[in-house]
Amino acid sequence: MNYDPITIALLSILIFLGAALIAPLLRRSQTSLINISFILASIASFMAVAAGYFTVENAVVNTMILPIGLPDLPFHFRLDPLAGFFLVVVGLLSFFVSIYSIGYVKGYLGNRSVTSLAVFYCLFIAGMLLVVLADDALCFLVSWEIMAGASYFLVMFENERAENRRAALLYLIIAHVGAIAILLAFGIMAGFGSGSVFDGYTFDAMRKADIPVEWATAAFFLSFFGFAAKAGVIPLHAWLPEAHPAAPSNVSALMSGVMLKTAIYGIIRITFDIIHVFPWWWGAIVLTFGLISTVMGVLYALMQHDLKKLLAYHSVENIGIILIGVGLSMVFIAFKLPLLAALGLIAGLYHTINHAMFKGLLFMGAGAVLHATGERNMEEMGGLIHKMPWTAAMFLVACMSISALPPFNGFVSEWLMFQAFLLSPALPNQILILLIPLGASLLALSGALAAACFVKAFGVTFLGHWRGHHKCRAHEVDWSMRSGMLMAGGSCLLLGILPTIFIDWVDIIAEHFVGSTISLSASQYGWMWLTPVSYERASYSGITVFIGILVVLAVTYALLHVSPGMIRRSHIWDCGFKKINSRMQYNATSFAQPIRRIFGFLFNIIERTEQAPHAGHQAFPKKLHYYLSVRDRLWKWLYKPFVDSSFWISKQAGKLQQGHIQTYLIYSFITLIALLVFLR
Amino acid sequence: MTINSLIIEALQIILVIGLAPAFAGWVRTLKCWFQGRSTPGIFQPYRDLRKLFSKEVVLAHNASWIFRFTPYLLFGTAVLVGGIIPIISVDLPLAATADVIVVVFIFAIARFFLALAGMDIGTAFGGMGSSREMMIASLAEPAMLMAIFTVSLVNKSTSLAEIVQVIYNTPPELNPSLAFAFVAFILILLAETGRVPVDNPATHLELTMIHEGMILEYSGRHLALIEWTSMMKLYLFTSLAIAAFAPWGIATKGSLDALPLAFGIMIAKLGVAGLIIVLIETGLAKMRLFRVPEFLGTAFLLATLGMLSFFMLD
Repeated sequence: MNYDPITIALLSILIFLGAALIAPLLRRSQTSLINISFILASIASFMAVAAGYFTVENAVVNTMILPIGLPDLPFHFRLDPLAGFFLVVVGLLSFFVSIYSIGYVKGYLGNRSVTSLAVFYCLFIAGMLLVVLADDALCFLVSWEIMAGASYFLVMFENERAENRRAALLYLIIAHVGAIAILLAFGIMAGFGSGSVFDGYTFDAMRKADIPVEWATAAFFLSFFGFAAKAGVIPLHAWLPEAHPAAPSNVSALMSGVMLKTAIYGIIRITFDIIHVFPWWWGAIVLTFGLISTVMGVLYALMQHDLKKLLAYHSVENIGIILIGVGLSMVFIAFKLPLLAALGLIAGLYHTINHAMFKGLLFMGAGAVLHATGERNMEEMGGLIHKMPWTAAMFLVACMSISALPPFNGFVSEWLMFQAFLLSPALPNQILILLIPLGASLLALSGALAAACFVKAFGVTFLGHWRGHHKCRAHEVDWSMRSGMLMAGGSCLLLGILPTIFIDWVDIIAEHFVGSTISLSASQYGWMWLTPVSYERASYSGITVFIGILVVLAVTYALLHVSPGMIRRSHIWDCGFKKINSRMQYNATSFAQPIRRIFGFLFNIIERTEQAPHAGHQAFPKKLHYYLSVRDRLWKWLYKPFVDSSFWISKQAGKLQQGHIQTYLIYSFITLIALLVFLR
Repeated sequence: MTINSLIIEALQIILVIGLAPAFAGWVRTLKCWFQGRSTPGIFQPYRDLRKLFSKEVVLAHNASWIFRFTPYLLFGTAVLVGGIIPIISVDLPLAATADVIVVVFIFAIARFFLALAGMDIGTAFGGMGSSREMMIASLAEPAMLMAIFTVSLVNKSTSLAEIVQVIYNTPPELNPSLAFAFVAFILILLAETGRVPVDNPATHLELTMIHEGMILEYSGRHLALIEWTSMMKLYLFTSLAIAAFAPWGIATKGSLDALPLAFGIMIAKLGVAGLIIVLIETGLAKMRLFRVPEFLGTAFLLATLGMLSFFMLD
């Protein structure tokens, strides 16, 4: 047998499918079911990583045709560096999460059967890997549906809660609206495919097809709509903050961390690879939607007090950031600036893997908190850093990464994007030159707001006093959950301090699609210094920042502790206030109040205070009730009219159905006449 | 990298650490003069620091490691930035570590941890300070980056040492986009270093505290390190403004001979910069918190105007 990467990748998918098959057989012994399925899943994920890694490293392209699927329409698979990169992204996080799941899923034991969770978990990852490998429209859409279907059942896992069922339904609807759009886009492109009718559906035929620009535009918009619906790009984001938190936390980690990335993969595959020649304004549109999602996503996140919902909204933000990189690259390549296009594309890809790592870690951390306290509402948490030191430390690493703080990974990709923005004056289009730097300021705004949001998330969850009404019975999580988080945290740091190594590795994708690389200039001064364009232009050394700060810190600490330092533990001072209690702390709602006030006009905010009857003077009510609701304006402006009109149309259509067979016969008769008249 | 440049690097870091309290003292002294008060002299901050270092640390029972780690981290970030910004010379081995965007984000690390430390004890004032600090930072940062982008577009680099070189190599002329960016930068400097009209470093009135609210529970050497870092931050932001807009006089060669002159010029510039800061501080009253967005919005607008004028005139 030949062990080329694509065989290993398909073998890994086979193991996932096998694990999904044997899980029901083991349902009598739930503990061994968990151990076996998730260990198999981690082995298979590791194989996917290996396959992807060597594909990118050796810049090979493997193809394989398997006679499954419909007769005469075999499935085509292709593993090129782009697919290899996404295999690594999906596989790496799946590996960490699968190890984490061994401990996490055991939390359900005694409450419910986890068989369906294990089955759909494996199917879900297999679906994502297949999407990346697919090389024809049929295979792509079948895989896409496996992924969407499996994740629907995972969102439905805790189906006794009405909000989870609602979330799953909303997810299913939007996923399918998107899938239809993608299907139509493939239809258009296959229509221009060369060769016989049955060959047009392969991506290879579409690549060679000569698609007229107006049809290409239609295909692009349809596919962008479909992928944007999957990725949760604003305004198609409504399902995301409902569905992701509803799923079990290990699945949330995968959905936010990697499932959204399959949509990014789709966008890159269709624009850069299949259509490959496009006008600049496509890129401008991708960039605009990216910017809107970035800023609005983080603002929505700031308004949340449900930890998992907050994280889900941040996925909207980060998908936006990735789209900024991709969009910039599209604009640059359309104006024949391959070097800058390579910079934008690599920044986007870099953020793709970064977001997978830190968002996976954040959801794993939120899962650990949920596992330990049974709470998702931050207003009921606090002080967990004392009970869960490992989880807290790893969550902090992820918070710093997502807030784009050096030396962690989120910073590197955002910094590369700033560099790409600053090179935009090379563009020949005057309007773009004026507008693109404003995009950079929006990116800066979102970065700073994300920092505020994660000070809130970490501060309210892990610091201060326990806010809950019941007693805190939190405990540190077990070794498997801890090691899953530790590995993800380690990747965040490594990707942050060794950017040149990563860029050297991933550069081949840029070479394939935009015909230029930045690795020559990026690591011109050795692996320590990242110089994306030239040394004179800009440079960054994450490892020096990391070590530099640590050295100063250690020296200061040592100098101040030459003589044993005196530390006295005492009560809280708080300017001398005596009767301080945990309800007086700032909480998630109060922390965001200044920002809510400034950006409130973007939301539909209802805020009121009610006084309970007072005893004596009016100024001293017995109780105050504070009520706050922050709602998405888009619900009212976009979704509600859409839902209402669908209902109206269905109602009108319902009038046709009288339930009398005579009426239906008349309908058939009229149809027949009409057909005879028009299609003689 | 030569021995000389390593010596220069070390000298500059020592300079930043050592001179920052004197600069803070100079600003306070000027402020006293303008307000008609008698002054404790520009060396008072050193005496304050010595006093704090010799005192014991009183920690709340529930303080976590974040609370104890933050002062050291803050100090570390400030010292690192002190080695990156060209203050007396451009020949710094550390300068390539970070360009001006990275410098902004290193300050953001410090702010992130300080805000966390403010929430660690679980007091109302700490949380209030953190919340307000992050609000102000989230508006100041885009404005700051816009001002920086303008400077980088004009000089075609984001590396500070390179910016200084380019300014040296081009004949000085009044560039309107740089003028806009400069005014914007001063407004942001006031916000970022917690000066009037955004915050008041001397306040201890509970409801107006921002920076002081976050560090309310600190004492002893922890407080000393935080105070020292604040002084260094003021010094570094001023030096950043000088390096980006008026670096003339800085030593450009790697030799040690040029340093005394560069040092003298730096002292003179800092004296003037302190005067500008104090003039603004004395002339303005502290704003209500929700007027701050307008203040920072103005800064953002000015920086954007600077950028637009660059594209129009270029």
